[in-house]
Amino acid sequence: MAKITFPVEATHIMMFARAVGDTNPVYHDAEKAKATEVGGIIAPPSFAQAVAQFDPEYHLRPKPGEKWFGSGKTASGVEGKASSSGGLHAEQHYEYIRPLRPGDVLTVETKPGKTWERESKRAGKLTFRERVTEYRDQKGELVMIARGVGVTTERPVDQG
Amino acid sequence: MALKMSALKVGDTHKERVVENLSRTQIVMYAGVSGDYNPLHTDEVYTKEAAGYPSVFAHGMLTMGLTGKALTNYVGDGRLTKFGVRFTNQVWPGDTLDTTITVEGCRQENGQNLVDLKLSTTNQDGKEVVSGSATARVDA
Repeated sequence: MAKITFPVEATHIMMFARAVGDTNPVYHDAEKAKATEVGGIIAPPSFAQAVAQFDPEYHLRPKPGEKWFGSGKTASGVEGKASSSGGLHAEQHYEYIRPLRPGDVLTVETKPGKTWERESKRAGKLTFRERVTEYRDQKGELVMIARGVGVTTERPVDQG
Repeated sequence: MALKMSALKVGDTHKERVVENLSRTQIVMYAGVSGDYNPLHTDEVYTKEAAGYPSVFAHGMLTMGLTGKALTNYVGDGRLTKFGVRFTNQVWPGDTLDTTITVEGCRQENGQNLVDLKLSTTNQDGKEVVSGSATARVDA
């Protein structure tokens, strides 16, 4: 998979913190953040997932001129595609070497990991796929490792 | 305030309400900022009529972000060395979530004082939506 360049920006961090309802000034107030032990604004622990914004091929973002599977004139804009083909997120793990900060320009590389299957009463056959992502900073130093596990289900998850 | 290893005991807990009556708007905010625009999270028509779910539901990563908020409130800023979760049940609009963090143990590694934590986020029915673990640097 191609390497992605991920510029870490203060506004993006502020908006991320708002979306999770986190009012900690270390995510939005440069003056107050300066007085903390980290000495400035840092990113919240799961912020790195927003690298999706910088992936030109990201499949869960509508793109001009391409059909999108969300609703428009009909409930789905794509015909003949399994409705659960988007998959669900099963696990996410992070290892931190240092916090991400505004001004960092990260180089992000994802490699496929293990694949396995399991039968489930609630959703039929489950196929799990692991992805390992390394985040390196502008000096080429590893700052963070992410390991995600996605699952595709045979049918929608039964809520019973 | 950083945690102190000398004051931590196995079984200590920190409990925090991380969201009350989760709104579809908050899910849309998370979609917008994270870049994950999967209509399963934001498009009620698609999710009910095409995908077969009772309503839109939260991104797993939104629940991880909410859990992470309780975690950093407990351990302090920039203190985490590891944070991992499994998404065990879906989170729906209207849900109220509480995160419980439990001290599993303290140890020293490479001259650092570390605390290992167990994480559990549950909904208003007591059903676990996220289970996980984390490790953070603490003061002596």
